Parts: sequence; C-alpha cells; structure tokens
Amino acid sequence: MVPAPGDRIVVGMSGGVDSSLAAALLKDQGYQVIGVMLRLWSDPGTLNRCCAPDAVLEARQVAGQLGIPFYVIDAKDAFYQSVVEPFINAYQEGETPNPCLRCNRLIRWNFLLTRARALGAEFIATGHYAKLRRLPTGEVQLLRSQDRKKDQSYFLHVLTQDDLQRTVFPLADLSKAQVRQLAAEKNLSAAERPDSQDLCFVGQGGDYREFLRRADPGMLVSGPIVNHEGEQLGEHNGLANYTIGQRKGLGISGKEPYYVARKDPVNNVLFVGYKDQLGKSHFTTHQVNWISGNAPDEVFRAQIKTRYQSTAVPGSVTPQEDLSSRVQLDEILPDITPGQAAVFYQDEVCLGGGIIQTEGL
Amino acid sequence: MNTHIYLDYAATTPIDRRVVDTMQPLFEDLFGNPSSLHFFGQRAETVLEESRRNLAHNLGADPKEIIFTSCGSESDNLALRGTALARKKLGGYDQIAISPVEHPAVQVTAQQLASQHGFELVYLPVDHTGQVLPDRMEESLNERTALVSVMGANNEIGTINPIAEIAGICRQRSIPFHCDALQYAAHIPLNVEELGVDLLSLGAHKFYGPKGVGLLYVREGTPLTPVQTGGSQEFGLRAATENVPLIAGMARAYQLVQEESAQRIEHLLPLRDLIINRVLDEIPGSKLTGAGPENRLPNHTSFVFKDLDGNLLIQVLDSEGFACSSGSACKTGDPRPSSVLTTLGYSRDWSLGSLRVTLGKNTSLEDVNRFLAVLPDCIQRTREAA
Repeated sequence: MVPAPGDRIVVGMSGGVDSSLAAALLKDQGYQVIGVMLRLWSDPGTLNRCCAPDAVLEARQVAGQLGIPFYVIDAKDAFYQSVVEPFINAYQEGETPNPCLRCNRLIRWNFLLTRARALGAEFIATGHYAKLRRLPTGEVQLLRSQDRKKDQSYFLHVLTQDDLQRTVFPLADLSKAQVRQLAAEKNLSAAERPDSQDLCFVGQGGDYREFLRRADPGMLVSGPIVNHEGEQLGEHNGLANYTIGQRKGLGISGKEPYYVARKDPVNNVLFVGYKDQLGKSHFTTHQVNWISGNAPDEVFRAQIKTRYQSTAVPGSVTPQEDLSSRVQLDEILPDITPGQAAVFYQDEVCLGGGIIQTEGL
Repeated sequence: MNTHIYLDYAATTPIDRRVVDTMQPLFEDLFGNPSSLHFFGQRAETVLEESRRNLAHNLGADPKEIIFTSCGSESDNLALRGTALARKKLGGYDQIAISPVEHPAVQVTAQQLASQHGFELVYLPVDHTGQVLPDRMEESLNERTALVSVMGANNEIGTINPIAEIAGICRQRSIPFHCDALQYAAHIPLNVEELGVDLLSLGAHKFYGPKGVGLLYVREGTPLTPVQTGGSQEFGLRAATENVPLIAGMARAYQLVQEESAQRIEHLLPLRDLIINRVLDEIPGSKLTGAGPENRLPNHTSFVFKDLDGNLLIQVLDSEGFACSSGSACKTGDPRPSSVLTTLGYSRDWSLGSLRVTLGKNTSLEDVNRFLAVLPDCIQRTREAA
C-alpha cells in the first residue's frame, strides 16, 4: 500500500510546529488531510499536556489556516488502560518504564488507525522525525531521521509492518531548522511544544513520584540501601523514587560518591556502588518488536541505543525463541535501566527493539 | 470533501437573501444612534420602531411589549433573572419551576438564581419524550412560585410542549410564565394572546435572520428588573444602543416566517418523516428520541444508536460531507452524554450515540437521499471503530 496524492490521510496534530508543518506539506502535495488530536487521560484535576486547551486551540487554528477539518477524538479510557496502568505496574515491579512506547504502539497508532479508517482514511501521518523506506518486496523499513539530533525512531521501534504500511512521515527529509524555516514561510504557528518523551499525564510539574504516591500509596515502602560488599549504608524511601545511575538524593556518604547500581524489587533493596563499580555490558530484552515482522535467525552486529538521549553503542544481539534477545555490548554502560527500551540499528535502519529486563542485569 | 450538505438548521440557519437585502443599506445609511435627537438619530429610530411594530403585530403583541436583545440566550437570562428577582422583591416569591430539559440558557440561569439568590428550583414532571405534563404541574407549583419557564420546543429532541395549556395553568395561579420559543417560533407562527404567555424569547438566527439579535416579549404588567443597566433604551429594561440593521433584519426574517411557514412546513414534513422512517427501518439498534411526528418540530429528527460513539459519528459524517450534530456535540471530544437524554432515562450505552439531523427550507430531497445513502455505512464504520 503506497499513499498517493488524492488519498485521504489523518494527521495527528499537537498544535506544535512539527505536526502543523506535516499537515501543511501533505495538503500541498494534494492529499485530503484531516487533522486529529487525541484526548488523553490525565491525573484528575490536571491537564494532559498533549491535549491541553491551548494545544487544542492552536491545532484548530492551524487546521483553519490550512482549510482542513480538525477533530478531537476521545481516547481517555484507552490511554488509561494501555499506558497509565502499565506505567504504574512497571514501577511496582521496580522498573523505570517509558510510557511513550506503549502510547505510540497502542494509542497513537493502533487506536488512531482504527479511527482513521472510520473517517475513510487508510493512512495516518505525524510530525515525527523519522523516515520510511518502502522496499520492492513490499516491506517498509523504519530509518533514522536526517536530523540525527532530533531523530525519534527510538520511540517508533514498537511499530509493526501493519502500522508502517499505513504511515507517512512528511518531515522525513527535513532538519528541525528546515522545519522552522518552512513553517515560518507558510506563516504557520511556530509554537514549540516539548518533545513527547516527557510524561504528559502526571500533572503539572511532571513529578512522577508525586503521581505514583497518589496512584498507589502502598508502592513506596522504605528498605535498605546496600553496597557491593553487602553493607547497609542507609534507608531508601521506596524503590520507585530512584533511577539507575542516580547520584543525588541518596542521603549516604562514602569515600567517593555513590550511584544507584541496581534495584531488587523482590527484597526491596537498593544497591549502590562507586562510579567504577557501576555498569554492565550485557542484558536481556523482552517483548522485542522486529519491525520487519521476522526475528533474525542468528546473532548479528548492531548499534544499540539503551536510552533516547544516549548515543548508540556497538554490540551483538542474539534473538531467542521467546521474543526476547540477549545483548552483549562492546563497552560497559553505567545506566542500563530495566523498563527502558534497547533499540537496534544497522546503519540508518531501525531493526526493532525490546524492554530491558531486571533479570540478568 | 468538496461539497458539504448542511443538516444542522437547529444550530443556526443561513441568512435569507431578502433579509440581507433589507439590512445591507442600513449599515451605512442608518448609522445614527436611535437615542440621538438629530436627523441621523431620528432616521435610525424610525426604522427601529417600524421593526418593533412589525414584530409586535406578527406576534399579536403591543410594540411596548417587545424588548430587543442580542440573542435568545440573553432574552432567556433577562426573563428569568429579571422576573424572578422582581417578584422576590415585590412579594417574597422564591421558587422557580422549569422543565428538566430546558436549554442551558434557562437551566443554568435558574441554577444560578438558586445557588446565589436563594431561590428553590423545582423541575416540572415530563414524559419520556421530554414533554411537560400539564396535569401534573400542580405538584411543583405553590404560593411562593415566582416564575415558570417551559420551552416551546426542545432543541435537542424536537418535542413540542402544550404551551397554551401550561400558560393557562400559570395564569390561573397568577404566576408569570416564560416560554423559550427559539426553536418553536422558527417554524410555527405564534400569537402571544392565543398562547397566553407572559414572557417569550426569540432569536433571529434560527429563522434565516442574522446572529447577534433576539427579542423578549414581556406582557404589560409583568414584573421585570433590568439585568443590563445603563441608558433608558428598550423602556429602561435593557441598556444598550440598539443595533438597528440587525433588528430590521430580524423583523424581515420573522415577516417571512409568517408569510411562508405553511409552504416551508409542507416542504419539510415529508423529508423529516422520510429520514425518521428510513433510519428506524434500516439501522439496527436505533431509536427516535423525543416526540413522534404529531408533537415534533417539522424540521427535526433525532436518534440514539446503541453502542456507538456519537462524537465520532458526527466526525465521520462530516468527513463524508454531511454537517449534523449530536446531543453531546462537543468540539473538545469529551464523551459526556447529553443531560437531556440522561434525564429522560436513556442508559449510557444508548445516550452516548446520539445524532440530530435538522432540515431547512434549502434542504432538497436529493440532499436527504444522499444523506440516507451514506448513513448506514457511516454508522457501521463508527461502530467498528469502537
């Protein structure tokens, strides 16, 4: 399935410059563009940043400027079940989840694609910085954006062939600077909205700890802080309050600074170590999504990203039978964090990725 | 998406060309302030008072009883707040009775009078179509009742109320009776004497007149405290320099209702009934909301569909080129069921799936047939997306 001018296409709009320009470019190319914003759940009494009233207003204005219809579609219940509950559950398991991954897969694609079809559109588009390559075989590859600094393929590695077949990234070949310039030329709203990796639903200030405290008061149980030698150095106030590699706020002192090395959710223990004691070079990922739809047969070399903001590191990936993969990095990283995604690249191609597991770290 | 068919005449109507022609010259030529003493003021005042006389005549009222406002909502506000507060001051009356399915302009105003001015707010019993039951009104009225307000016809579900009968009951008890007639008067010529109402709201944009202008009929002798204070315009009941072109446009538009209502209704009824019959026949899990054909606005159809997201259906229809509305129509996409449907006892699995299709004098049989041709598929697609 290849999108062609004249086709109807639903564009997820945020009111920001990226999705506004995406919609404008598609309109220029002759698509029948429908702008859509999803109404997402947020902590009661607070606004979800992705669909706050000012964002709706801005998106509506841009749509009006472009002469395209714009609809707000309610996705509160689906978002809560698909994103917020698993977010809370992951913290209960001692992980540090990345809710944007589930949101992309289940809400911004699966949910929106279903609504788009009802609106008569086979395709959806977003203002993501990523690129698609449609191979002669029919397979669609996900590629990193030209603008390596803005590249968002890390967040998109959860998408399937079915998703990508019906997806268009109009900003694929543009840098952020070009996007700003083109938007200015078209007199589009130049509003900058924070990138999607922030927690949009935890309320003002974005303090996820406060949110968790309200969501599950029983989650934050204090327990021992222990070093490599097994000595108890102090007490933590709930594992969810800490992330791997964290240095500040531990309330303990040693001959050099301590960092969070590992969490043991079963025994409620927070392990810390000195900087040279930190780090791992191997781990296991589960729930791996292979974008091609097929897991590679054998071990392969790849560039591996363990956080959105971190640089990719070379290593070997060994796919397992059960949709997990073993990853061996060529170097030690200090902040490999269970719950975050490890994403595999070969050159500019994103092959897929999975969630880093607690076990084996 | 190039051709859009408008099926939302209960929300608003396009201005009739003849009304535009009436208003057009006035914007430039009659800019004077009707309150001014000089030539320019007097010319504007002449048109203003001609419009008032014309509207009064068509409503069976005296010109002194016509108060121009900015819209139907303002008329409702003035009627409720003005009469309730005046009656409270005069005789300590401190209870208000309204139907439970009134337009928000009445409902919210009455609620504010209750929460901020010490009135007791009671709701008159209605049947399952939202029609007030005159036989049971006595239950709600007492010697403290300051005002009764019942709409002529419901905007969401099209049900017409027995206004004359309700007015008669209020008259017997000397209780002022207000009727929000925005939807009703847009189709059915009325006479305030025959109806026996004391206060009646109209809004021009519901009958092919301009937005931004309405009127409140106030029977002589009805206590009314001004809500908007300032100058002595409109018999001291509504301070503001009158917008003469819009008022003249409203008078012209209402004159056309008088002259053309019979042929408009003759045009609308078969189209309305075609939609009602085809929808109920062809769409599984569908119900008509509001009254049947006898007690229903001639241009109005409204439905609920089981297990369907009404907001999405409106979006799907819009993307197919048909502009309709839903009881819970809401640009923000918040899936709250309409309070009217909830009040009338519809469960959530029905009330979230509401659709209102309202027709106008410009609606053709071809428009309706095209709509009916796509509706089943739109409903199926919307249900599949849930």
